[in-house]
Amino acid sequence: MSFLELREVRKSYAHHPVVHGIDLQVEKGEFVSLLGPSGCGKTTTLQMIAGIEPVTQGRILLDGRDITDTKPHTRGLGIVFQTYALFPHMTVADNVAFGLEMRHRPKAERQDRVRAALALVKLDQQGQRYPRELSGGQRQRVALARALVIEPPVLLLDEPLSNLDAKLREEMQFELRRIQRRVGTTTVMVTHDQSEALSVSDRVVVMQAGRITQVDTPARLYEHPGNRFISTFVGKANLLPGQWVDGERGPGVQIGDLHLAAPDLAAPAGSPVLVALRPEKLRLQPAGQGLLQGRVLECFFLGSQWLYRLQTPVGELLLVTPNDGRPALAVGDDSGLDWPAHSVRLLPADAAEALA
Amino acid sequence: MRQGTPWLLSAPAMALFLTLLIAPLALTALLSFNVFDEVRGVQADQYTLRNYLDLFVDPYYWGIFWRTFWIAGLTTLICVAVGAPEAYVLSRMRAPWRTLGLLVVLAPLLVSVVVRAFGWSLLLGPEGPINQALSLFGIGPLRLLYTETAIVIALVHVMLPFMVIPVWTSLQKLDPSVEQAAASLQAGPFTVLRRIVLPQVLPGILSGSLIVFGLAASSFAIPGLLGGRRLKMVATVVYDQYLNELNWPQGAAVALTLLLANLVVMLSYNRLVERRYQKALG
Repeated sequence: MSFLELREVRKSYAHHPVVHGIDLQVEKGEFVSLLGPSGCGKTTTLQMIAGIEPVTQGRILLDGRDITDTKPHTRGLGIVFQTYALFPHMTVADNVAFGLEMRHRPKAERQDRVRAALALVKLDQQGQRYPRELSGGQRQRVALARALVIEPPVLLLDEPLSNLDAKLREEMQFELRRIQRRVGTTTVMVTHDQSEALSVSDRVVVMQAGRITQVDTPARLYEHPGNRFISTFVGKANLLPGQWVDGERGPGVQIGDLHLAAPDLAAPAGSPVLVALRPEKLRLQPAGQGLLQGRVLECFFLGSQWLYRLQTPVGELLLVTPNDGRPALAVGDDSGLDWPAHSVRLLPADAAEALA
Repeated sequence: MRQGTPWLLSAPAMALFLTLLIAPLALTALLSFNVFDEVRGVQADQYTLRNYLDLFVDPYYWGIFWRTFWIAGLTTLICVAVGAPEAYVLSRMRAPWRTLGLLVVLAPLLVSVVVRAFGWSLLLGPEGPINQALSLFGIGPLRLLYTETAIVIALVHVMLPFMVIPVWTSLQKLDPSVEQAAASLQAGPFTVLRRIVLPQVLPGILSGSLIVFGLAASSFAIPGLLGGRRLKMVATVVYDQYLNELNWPQGAAVALTLLLANLVVMLSYNRLVERRYQKALG
């Protein structure tokens, strides 16, 4: 049985449902992210696990014990809040020691564990300072140390990196993952940032409008998005509506005049489908060659990559290519395009429209 | 011109401040050193320290100053004990009730202090509703009117908004997730209140108690109406000196001594508390 389990958990505010029955199992030591746009119910779900928001219906089990109706201060979970929620009137060391003090640990043990926790987040020199004397990244690490020092069964992170600037956010992503690996605490993180979710999680739970729509490892989620929304929310995607055909040219999708071979896929003949192609799976070919011809409409230099917007017979396509020293295309240039057949993804057209 | 702009902009306020506060205060200070003659009145060209000396040697004045400050101190203490929890409860109320509650707290400010004092004298009188209610339980009649108790009760009633509002303001600044964080670290509701909320609203309590103490120590209408002729506080003595004894220099000396004593008490209290929490609260 899994360590943390949500069974049909629902939440309504005054008969207005915001979370419609969530089932989720988290294994011991796992790092799971709840990913979704704002208003999808991910934070509410986290707050129900934390006990801050009461559960309207359903059960939450921790290590086989039903904690649905227990008070937050008896659950003993470690929580890192979006605003960090440090105690402004206490030093960093006192902030971290607070949870141990509440558990009536002896003073010597408290000091040792606080020191170890601060060393873990590389703040051993800042123990006697006050939160407002620290930078955003340091505050974030104090919050993490404060949550981890009590050795909680589950660590809950509510948008922990959203208040940091881009560079620091990237550093902290990896730092977070490194610390979580070392400590081995089961972790549930809420985020609206897909790259954050992909880079640190063992599994990503995508939520849309109060429902879970896909649960997968980051790589599988990226390569096999379950619907149209996920394909564009997690990374970028070119979406092309077409029709499934299985004629003399083999199984594939007919998009206008173009027959797009998809040997590994299957769908009912004649049914409308949506083709998803990742921009980085497209490859530039000399003009006149490849599967498709396009003309550059716009190009953006991203440092390590080039991003092109191309006009093709099947519509506009985005293409990302590494900046590997080959001469770049300019606006108005013609180019051929191709892609490996196995990188073509099919999304059910009807369901996709309904969710989008 | 650039340099003068701030001065120019604050000139109207400065003018108001100078004519309405500094000038009368300076004149009062001057007056307090004038000689008073029972027959010929104030001698504007003769100066003496007698008016102040009298205050320091006459036990009559000691008693009045002592009463004034303990009444102001007790009023402040009760206002902290009642006002701080009241502000906390108000801040936790839901939308329509919160506004209503705040209105009830502020309502005393909308009624003239004289009217309120008369209201209390009706309530506290020997035949008043409070004594009538007490007599149902076989208690009393208690002498409430014209006692220090009556003054403290009425002062607390008047001063409560001045405590609730600053505490309320500092409660509004608290991040609610800080309390949730404390709860997640297994602090019970009472511990959260004592260890997390209270230290953070301390600046509000501090400024509230400074306002309440200052206003209570210099209050005039309530001790005048509820203390009767016998129970004097400093402000009522000043009034007596000016209007009954016609000894203006003595009245001015009492008034200035009250101002100074008030300043000393408030500043030392402020420093004491601020030094202790300066580092944490900035």
